[in-house]
Amino acid sequence: MARVVTGMTSEALLQVTGLGKRFGGFVALEAIELAVRDGERVGLIGPNGSGKSTLVNCMCGTLRHEMGSVRFAGHTLDGRSAHERTRLGLARSFQLPRPFNTLSLAENLRVPLLYTVNARHGQALAPHAIDRRCAELLHIVGLADKATNLPRDLTQIEMRKLELARAMAAAPRLLIADEAMAGLSHNEVDDILALLIRLNEQGVTIILIEHIMRAVMHFSQRLVVLVAGRKIADGDPADVVRDPDVVRAYIGE
Amino acid sequence: MSGTKFVFALLIAAAAVFGAAWLIGNNYVFFAGYVVLQYIALATAWNILGGYTGYVNFGTAAFFALGAYTTVVLHKLTSLPLPLMMPIGGIVSGVVGLGTGYLTLRLRGAFFSIATLALAVVAQTLITNWDFVGGSRGAYIVRPAQAWLFGIDYIQYLFLVMLALVVIVLASARAIERSRLGYGFATIRDDEVAAEASGVPTLRLKLLATTLSGAFMGMAGAPLPYYVTYLDPTSGFSLAYAVNGVAMPLVGGTSSWLGPVIGAILLGTLQQVATVTISSALNLLIVGLMLVGFVIVAPNGILGLLRFRDRRARS
Amino acid sequence: MEMSFDLLGNAVVSGLLLGGFYAAVTIGVSISFGMLDIVNIAHPAFIILGSYIAYIANATWGIDPILAAVIALPAFYALGAAVYQVYYVAFERRGQEALRGLAFFFGLLFITEVSLVLVFGVDYRLVEAPYIGPSLHLGIVDLPLRLLVPFLVALGMVGGLQLFLSHSFLGRAIQAVAQDPLALRLMAADPTRIKRIAFALSIATTSLAGAVLIVIQPVEPSIGRDYIGRVFAICVLGGMGSFAGTLVAAMALGIVESLTSTFYGPSWSPAVAFGFLLITLAVRPAGIFGR
Repeated sequence: MARVVTGMTSEALLQVTGLGKRFGGFVALEAIELAVRDGERVGLIGPNGSGKSTLVNCMCGTLRHEMGSVRFAGHTLDGRSAHERTRLGLARSFQLPRPFNTLSLAENLRVPLLYTVNARHGQALAPHAIDRRCAELLHIVGLADKATNLPRDLTQIEMRKLELARAMAAAPRLLIADEAMAGLSHNEVDDILALLIRLNEQGVTIILIEHIMRAVMHFSQRLVVLVAGRKIADGDPADVVRDPDVVRAYIGE
Repeated sequence: MSGTKFVFALLIAAAAVFGAAWLIGNNYVFFAGYVVLQYIALATAWNILGGYTGYVNFGTAAFFALGAYTTVVLHKLTSLPLPLMMPIGGIVSGVVGLGTGYLTLRLRGAFFSIATLALAVVAQTLITNWDFVGGSRGAYIVRPAQAWLFGIDYIQYLFLVMLALVVIVLASARAIERSRLGYGFATIRDDEVAAEASGVPTLRLKLLATTLSGAFMGMAGAPLPYYVTYLDPTSGFSLAYAVNGVAMPLVGGTSSWLGPVIGAILLGTLQQVATVTISSALNLLIVGLMLVGFVIVAPNGILGLLRFRDRRARS
Repeated sequence: MEMSFDLLGNAVVSGLLLGGFYAAVTIGVSISFGMLDIVNIAHPAFIILGSYIAYIANATWGIDPILAAVIALPAFYALGAAVYQVYYVAFERRGQEALRGLAFFFGLLFITEVSLVLVFGVDYRLVEAPYIGPSLHLGIVDLPLRLLVPFLVALGMVGGLQLFLSHSFLGRAIQAVAQDPLALRLMAADPTRIKRIAFALSIATTSLAGAVLIVIQPVEPSIGRDYIGRVFAICVLGGMGSFAGTLVAAMALGIVESLTSTFYGPSWSPAVAFGFLLITLAVRPAGIFGR
């Protein structure tokens, strides 16, 4: 069936409308509007504590938001548990890595393959295909030689790579990479960047949350800025970084 | 070893155990052995929830006693044979497990554990107030002298029935460990939030674990009335079951089906021997001390100690 | 059924007084579970221990049980500090508190109960004091002193602790460690030390709570288990760390239990607390005053 290109009237892949989240008296997020189109590369930046991870948690179902709504691929996500959202195609890596400590690296990757990919109709992989895919993913992030190790044998950086690989294992339509490059060397940043761009070329929409500005500028087709729980900018990266509000937010830090 | 081969090995081991007991010729072996087998079943059942998913059940006694009292009810109302009563006891306890889980598993694990503690007290209160099963005065169950199976002594028959249950529970535990379900359980134990993000339906799996665990405990309790012939709430809900249910898997090792077996055989035999020589309260004190000692010093139990020595020896 | 006002009135008043006592029993858990996130299910065991200490002092030297408890406070405080230290080193630091920490406290609960059985047997023990027996009579309502005195002691203890928490540096540090350990570190206070002090305090309360318990009713080693459901039900219903909430929830539970006991019989009491707990968890886990 031919894809009808209707431009602005087609629904975004991810649609966040009026999202609000409070912790007791503290307003973590307020009136967040975000639309991510299929195939886009979006960068999300903001000072520490601005609510980026909270936003990710609300979109992915780890936290329940009180106001607003999230739609993904035509489905309403509100009220759905996190695992349902992952199965629908929305995957994320955690800012602070959360590996399964009693499972080996390869087994860590088996989990999303068994529980997300294999849970989708008509996509179930046979056991040897699963093993192959685990090996493939580990190779892509450069952890192939540690397939049988436990996460406690890894460095912080390697754990971030595992985190990213695990999100990729869920075969998402939209991947949210939450500070996957923190602490990486210059070359390693380039490697991960290349990996993500390749992923995007294969059709995966990506939201990149990062502090490393050169990576964000290189990667993003669109840049969104979050400060103190509110979105203060959303548009072309070159324009956004010159926006006086954005500059003030970062210099005022 | 594949699943079927494992079951075969278990069946052969079971036959050997029964044969050995038979050869000894003293019925006391069957009486004592029944208790150890019962504890293997209880400890393994506990571990399916506690060891695999990390959710601690302190109400082992409740699930166990409900199975026993289901038998009392069925015995008074029907003439069902024991092997049919057991699944029914399992269903009753399984449903209670499901209910407790449904109410508490969406919250923190600690609430589930507290609820199981409270459950034990409440279940005991309800049974104590229920005259049909004898209330606080207890119920008398006549144990037939001989079983329908080749006319063997009834105690030998009870031993056999418990042996069969142990085979089923062990086979199930091992099957879970090696399956997709086992991975799901392990992720719940390791990091529930990350598990959800990876697509694991954590609530559903937790409810499954709770139901299975409760059901197996109920089945382990079902033959009890015939074993003791007099059942009252104090003994049915005895503290011994609560502490042993927790201590045996933790002492033996929670990471695999073998741990609870080791813990049950070790602590079970210890207690059977000690009951004869010292008081039962001192007996339980030793179990409590071992529990606290192991949990502090050897958190991975005996299995963990063996593996540690193994790894050191290899390097 | 003809509702006797006398009966109803007395049931409600007894319930209130009982509720005050329940608050004393629970306040330690409000600290350890509500603020420190430590699931100390052995709390009732320490209370029973307190009861027996009061009993010994009373039976051997004729000391007033509540006075004995006050004298024993430092010992209980030290015990609490020691227990926390073991818990911290063995479990909290290793991240094992979920399964093994819980099992540890369960083991303590168990060991305490069995040890008491070994030393004292299963007979009920009671104390003698001038306020056990007489009652005040206000109209149709009887105020048994054996309920009134514990009620007042309980209020005093809860009030004193609340003052300590809101007005002393240490107290405020304890509240801080509950809400924001990072901020506490920035204040140059050691969170571990603060937690140890708080936990030791929570165990110290069991000394008084235990004395008050044995004034109200005779005690034997296994009744601690009846209190687990009550204590955590009150703690949750009261909104975890909130003392005011604990007081209100304790009174509510006390009244409901008292009414149930009066009109349906005392053997249903444990079920009442459990029912409370289940309903709270199912409907409003944050409790009445919860954040």
